Amino acid sequence: MWQRSRDSRTAYMFLLPALLVMAIITFYPLVFQVWMSFTDYGLTNLRYNAPPPNFVGLQNYQRILDNNIVLPNFDFVRILVFNLFWALSNVIIHLILGVAVALILNIKGLKFRRIYRAIYILPVVIPPIIVATVWRNLFDPQYGAINQILSGITGILFKAPPVTLDWLNEPNPILALGPFILPVAYFALLGANVWLGWPLNSVVATGALQSIPNDLYEAAEMDGAGWWQKFRTVTLPFLRPAMLPYAIYGFIITFNLFYLSYFMSGGGPFGQTELLVTTAYRLVSEQHLYAVAAAFAIFEFFILLGLTLITNRLGKATASYDA
Amino acid sequence: MTAPAATARLASQALAETRTGGKGHLRFGRQLVLQLVCIAIAVTVLFPMVWILAMSLDPRNIARPDSLFPPGASLDAYAKVIAQPTLNPVSFIRLALNSVIIAILISAASVTIGAFAAYAFSRLRFRGREILMIAILAVLMLPAVAALAPLFVMLGKFQFGTFNLRSSLFGVALAVTASQLPFAIWNIKGYLDTIPRELEEAATVDGASRFQTFRLVILPLATPVLAVTAFFGFIAGWTEFQFSFLFLIGDTNSWTLSMALNGMVGQYAASTPWSQFSAFAILVALPVMVVYIFLQRYIISGLAIGGVKG
Repeated sequence: MWQRSRDSRTAYMFLLPALLVMAIITFYPLVFQVWMSFTDYGLTNLRYNAPPPNFVGLQNYQRILDNNIVLPNFDFVRILVFNLFWALSNVIIHLILGVAVALILNIKGLKFRRIYRAIYILPVVIPPIIVATVWRNLFDPQYGAINQILSGITGILFKAPPVTLDWLNEPNPILALGPFILPVAYFALLGANVWLGWPLNSVVATGALQSIPNDLYEAAEMDGAGWWQKFRTVTLPFLRPAMLPYAIYGFIITFNLFYLSYFMSGGGPFGQTELLVTTAYRLVSEQHLYAVAAAFAIFEFFILLGLTLITNRLGKATASYDA
Repeated sequence: MTAPAATARLASQALAETRTGGKGHLRFGRQLVLQLVCIAIAVTVLFPMVWILAMSLDPRNIARPDSLFPPGASLDAYAKVIAQPTLNPVSFIRLALNSVIIAILISAASVTIGAFAAYAFSRLRFRGREILMIAILAVLMLPAVAALAPLFVMLGKFQFGTFNLRSSLFGVALAVTASQLPFAIWNIKGYLDTIPRELEEAATVDGASRFQTFRLVILPLATPVLAVTAFFGFIAGWTEFQFSFLFLIGDTNSWTLSMALNGMVGQYAASTPWSQFSAFAILVALPVMVVYIFLQRYIISGLAIGGVKG
C-alpha cells in the first residue's frame, strides 16, 4: 500500500506537465465550448471588455437542425448523409484496391517487387495539403491533366472534341435522391483520395499476407482447392483481423478529412461536397458564428462518438468470428 | 488527428516489406502480364508527381502549361517563388521561417511533455490511470478543429500591450499542440510498453530513483519513437493551415507556407502562373519527403521491437 501511494505520487509528478497543458488548452476549451453553445456568442463579444453574451438555451442547436444559418447552402442532413457516404465509399474502394495490389505483389516469382513497393508508397509521404492543391490543379477544366488525358483518348479513339468537363464546379449532380446528392465533384475528390488512400491499405494487407503459413496453401491445394477457394478459406480469414481495425481507423480519418473538400472543391457546387469538419471551420472563419460553431462541434462530437461505438461493435462482432 | 502516426508507421513497414517476398518462378506470359499491371499502377501513382515537376520546370512560365514535356527546362519558377510566392510582399524565407517556428514549438512541447506522461502511463500504477487514459483517447478521436471556436475566443483574450496571443505564431503552436500532445503521449506509451522491464529493475536494484531510470535507461532506449514523434509534430506545424489561416490572416509577416499555398490556389489562382504554384508545392513537400525517407530506419527499428510483442 505504501509502495502504491508512493508510486501514485511519482506518477503524478511525471504527469503534471501534460495534465496542466491539456487542462488549459484541451479540456477547458471543450468545457467552455459547451457553455458557448448555449449563448449567442458572436463578433461583438470578442472585444476586450465586451459585455458577456446572452444565454439562449438550445436555440443554436435548434437553428442547426432547422438549417436556419446564414452559411450558404447549409443543410445539416444533406451534409451528414454526404459525409457518411463519402467515408464509407472511400474506405470500401481503398480496401478492395489495397488488398488486390497486395495480392499481386505477393505472387511468387514476381520480378522488381521491391521497386514497385517503394514507388507505391510515395503518395503517403506527401503532406495532405499539397495533395489537395495539386489535385485541384489536375482537375482544372481547361488546362488540368485529367481533361487533357481524356481529350487525348477520346480524340484518338472517337475523333471527339476535347473534354472540358468542369469536374469541381459542374452544377448538375450525377445523382440526387432527397438529401443524398452526388455531384461530379464527388468523383473528383474520390479519385484524389483513392490515389492517396489505397497504398496504406496495401501495406496492411501485405503484412497480413506474409503471416500466412505456406503449408496452409499446400494443404488446400492437396484438397483440390481452386484459387477462389484458397482465397476464401485461407487468405481471407488471415486478412480480416488485420484489415478490419485499419478499415475502422480509415473510416474515421476519411470522415474528418478536411483538406480535399476544402481545397479541391471548396465544398462546392452549392455546398454539396461540404463535410462536417469543413462546415464547422466555415462557421468560425467565414461567418463568425462562434456560438453556433460550438453547438455544431458538439453535434459532431456525438456523431463521432456514435460512429466509434458502432464501428467498434462491428469490429468485435466480426473479430470473434475469426478467433 | 492521428493520421500521420499510423501513416508513417505503415509507410516504414512498407519499406521493410520491400526486403521480403517469396522466391519462385513464373511462366513468361504470366510474368509479362503482371509486370504490365504493376507498371500501369506505378504510372497512376507517379503521374501527378511527374506532372507537377514538369510544370515547375516549364521555362515558359506561362499561366496555363499544356504539356508534360515543356521545351527545355529552367528553375525560373523556383527563383520567383523563393523571392515572392504570392501577391503579398512576403518572401519564401519569411513564410518558411514562420512555419518552422510553429513546427519547432509543437514538436518540442509535445515530445518533452508527452515523454514524461507516457512513462507514467506505461510503467506506473496509480489512482485515476484508466480515466485519464480514456480521456486522452477520446481527445485523439476528435478532429483538430473540434475546439476551434473556444480556442479562437480564449486565445484572443490574452492581450499584453500590442501582443495578442491569438494573432501570434505562439498562439497557433498552442492550438495545434492541444491536438498533438495526446497523440504524442499515446505514441510514445505504445513504444515504451515494448521495452523490457528487466532493464529498469536492474537500475532500481543499483539504487536509481524513478527519475534516474527514466532519464538514463528509458529515454536513450526510446530515441527512435522520440525522433519519430518529434517529426510528426514538426510536419503538423510545417503544413498547418486551419489555425494559422484563422489566427494570422491579418498580418502578412506572420503568414505561413500553407497560407501562401492557399492564396495561390484560391481567388488569385488565375493570376498565379502554374509553374510557380508547382515549384512552391514541391518546395513545401520535398523536405517532408526527404526526412521521411531518412527517418525510415528509425521507424523500422521501432517497429522491429514492437513486432516481438505482437
